[in-house]
Amino acid sequence: MSLLELETVTLKFGGLTAVDRLSFCVEEGEVFAIVGPNGAGKSTVFNLISRFYDPHEGAIRFDGHDLLRARPDAVASWGVARTFQNIELFDHATVLQNLLVGRHRHRRSNLLSEIFFTPSVRKAEIQNRHFVEEIIDFLDLQAYRDKMIAGLPYGVRKVVEVGRALATDPKLLLLDEPASGLSVEETTDMRWWIDDIRRQMGITVLMVEHDMGLVSGVSDRVLAMADGAKLALGTPAEVQSDPAVIEAYLGRAA
Amino acid sequence: MDNLQLLVSGLANGCVYGLIALGFVLIYKATEAVNFAQGDFMMLGAFVTIGLTNTEYMGLPFWISLPISLSIMAAMGYALDRFVIRLMFGQSQTAVVILTIALGFVIRFVAGLIWGHNPQTLQNPLAGREVAFGGLVLGLEDVAVIVVTVLLTWGLYEFFNRTRLGLAMQGASQNQLAAYYMGIPVKRVQGLIWALAGAVACVAGILFAAKGSVDPNAGLMGIKAFAAAVIGGFGSLPGALAGGLIVGVIEPFASRYIAAGYSQIAPYALLLLVLIFRPNGLFSQTRVKKV
Amino acid sequence: MRIVFKTDYMQDIRPWKDGQQLTLYLLLLAAAIAAPWLLDVFFLGELTNVLIWAIAGLGLMVLTGHTGQASLGHAAFLAAGCYANIILMESGMPFMLAFPLAGILTGFAGAIIAIPALRLHGIYLAIFTLALSILVDDIIVLSDAWTGGVGGKFAPPVNVFGFEIERWGTPGAFYWLVLGVAVIVTLGYVNLLRAPLGRAFIAVRDSEVSAQAMGVNVARTKTISFGLSCAVTGWAGALMGLYAGAFNNETFSVVISIQLLMMIVIGGLGSIHGAYFGAIVIGFLPQFLSIAKEYVGAVFGGSSVAIPGLEFGIFGMILIAFILLEPMGIYGRWLKVRTWFELFPFYRKDMFKRQKSYLKTERLR
Repeated sequence: MSLLELETVTLKFGGLTAVDRLSFCVEEGEVFAIVGPNGAGKSTVFNLISRFYDPHEGAIRFDGHDLLRARPDAVASWGVARTFQNIELFDHATVLQNLLVGRHRHRRSNLLSEIFFTPSVRKAEIQNRHFVEEIIDFLDLQAYRDKMIAGLPYGVRKVVEVGRALATDPKLLLLDEPASGLSVEETTDMRWWIDDIRRQMGITVLMVEHDMGLVSGVSDRVLAMADGAKLALGTPAEVQSDPAVIEAYLGRAA
Repeated sequence: MDNLQLLVSGLANGCVYGLIALGFVLIYKATEAVNFAQGDFMMLGAFVTIGLTNTEYMGLPFWISLPISLSIMAAMGYALDRFVIRLMFGQSQTAVVILTIALGFVIRFVAGLIWGHNPQTLQNPLAGREVAFGGLVLGLEDVAVIVVTVLLTWGLYEFFNRTRLGLAMQGASQNQLAAYYMGIPVKRVQGLIWALAGAVACVAGILFAAKGSVDPNAGLMGIKAFAAAVIGGFGSLPGALAGGLIVGVIEPFASRYIAAGYSQIAPYALLLLVLIFRPNGLFSQTRVKKV
Repeated sequence: MRIVFKTDYMQDIRPWKDGQQLTLYLLLLAAAIAAPWLLDVFFLGELTNVLIWAIAGLGLMVLTGHTGQASLGHAAFLAAGCYANIILMESGMPFMLAFPLAGILTGFAGAIIAIPALRLHGIYLAIFTLALSILVDDIIVLSDAWTGGVGGKFAPPVNVFGFEIERWGTPGAFYWLVLGVAVIVTLGYVNLLRAPLGRAFIAVRDSEVSAQAMGVNVARTKTISFGLSCAVTGWAGALMGLYAGAFNNETFSVVISIQLLMMIVIGGLGSIHGAYFGAIVIGFLPQFLSIAKEYVGAVFGGSSVAIPGLEFGIFGMILIAFILLEPMGIYGRWLKVRTWFELFPFYRKDMFKRQKSYLKTERLR
């Protein structure tokens, strides 16, 4: 059984078919990349998995459960974490607070115990703090721990967002264009981090990315999409040499 | 016949609400800011015109003071954008709302200092005249209010949908950065919109002061006009007018058919119902944030 | 320059940074407790008023400052708390029971109102709550069997642990009652902010989509925020009623709603300090103005005329100045001054500079 399965998923916006009978599976422990030209429906696939949209037909299963029966906020508690294409951090909070929000799905306390900050809340907070500190170490964010997001450079925000997703302790990590807007060095860092996330933490990664260097460097399998439909699926090398993919990117050869 | 009379006076009131609502929507359409001081602009426009026209002040002929007060209010709108609102570029919508509420306080205070707190009526050529349609006797002022409002709304609607400047204003509202790249002078366009809103508020003020009387707290009816704009669906000019008319008509009928105290309640109760069942107004566009 | 070394996770979790900060807050609390012996009756009354406004400000701060839902209608909940408290007491319930219950009932009312308000954003929520406040004003007038209508109601003396407390009879004891409520509410607020729910509030404020993606139930979080906010505001309203002695619908008019929101903006949105700073401005502005007027009258002669609307005019100008020059309010300015001292002589001018952002449209693109 695969970790994530999409089966003939279709989503229409008015007359536009954003995702067209798309099926694919993500296996446990792999790095799976989705590539495709702008408007191919890559981010829409993420938003479908996050339950921001309801598909018109098809099924999405995660870890053997029907994902489409979950509320949007329940997706995270099942172990799916994500980042956003245009960075959606909590701008007027510190890096630490942002990462701690990632621990929200592990909250066991209730309103009253939190108002009185009972010893059990205190214990849970120390554990959360400890977990988050390990992520800060892993992503080299020590220098920014108590800084407000609103003052941070773009590259750091991108890393903080990955950290926040990791703080949820997910089974599946969705990365929406992790390298967009990053410098060459930052992209290289990101590449090693994605590798480590998979190897050290054992987290399955599904990512949307344009940077083919990063994609072929870290991913085990690649899905190429165009106009909401599947073009090709295989290893990075196979997909890059697929005639349909070349045509979608470069146009038909004369 | 009684109901008809009630309807016409309600419509005339509604037109003033509609005109203030129009000012809200104009600014919102072009800048996505909400000018909560629009009602106080209306009050200020009324007082400026009274100050120019009434015999106890400057005593100018109405048709001369009209263009002067329109220009003064337009300049006020422009200056407000240029020297206050523009400094807030990038701050949240709520911050602008709070700022303009505070501005309303200041305008009310200043108007009270200059013109005092007693209600005053604008001396105008239409005062006291009546026209009869069949058995229906209407104040000429009420008729003028309705005619002016309909013409103004229609003109603005055409302006936004037909002229280059109007389209540029719409573009500037939907994406400031993109509009800027397309060569639209975003800042100047916004200034013009605020000037236009100032002039519209002035028209509303003149009509209001001509058919009744105005005091510094009259600006508070901006809240009711805002309710009207929301009922009509923020972002649509004809919607704003329709919302204003609905509020204007519902008031006298509520106090007539339910009880006197209910004319105050009815518009807000309607507003709550609209917000609960059609959160984006009766004539709405839906909104979804893209991620 | 002062440096705090971190060696323990508890340093981030407990509400004070180090012993020095804790000492300062304890000294402040000690001074507050000693106030009845230090101040005359008039200023003690003013201080009580400031504390009541601060409690109301804390209530609104939860919702607006930390959850990002602007409410222009909190006078409605002040009224609800006030009338609930008095009506419960008139029906024979002791104050010690009626007072907490009044807040809890108001909280539930707020949570119920949150349900339709959940779908509303920004200005729509603002106008929704504004309309609510206006309606409650009218409803108080119309349901005079319960509320006494425009005639209003009188607050009886209350009994706390066997002590008879009344605003005029025992101003010191009334002050301590208010101070006690303020301290309890503040401590609960501090605890909430360092716990998961407080962070969920901030998450909802800054980005609903990503809060949701992190497993925060946005609708429930907003509802809880509304409930908590209204409960605290209800308590403030109950105290306001006792403080005023007599009250009617005018005591809780829509102007009070607007004033409350402006108060926390001046104080600094998103901070507990902000509620207190704002309350100090609101509470002492009328006194300050009358002193200033006397002074002007003494120097230039004869200006003892009352200027109607002066208070609101000045208040509006202060607010405009703050929004334009210091959007983070008094608390933001205070932070800068504090940082300047802590980092002396290394403070840089652009330390608190934020990136300028283009207007983010909130409607459909």
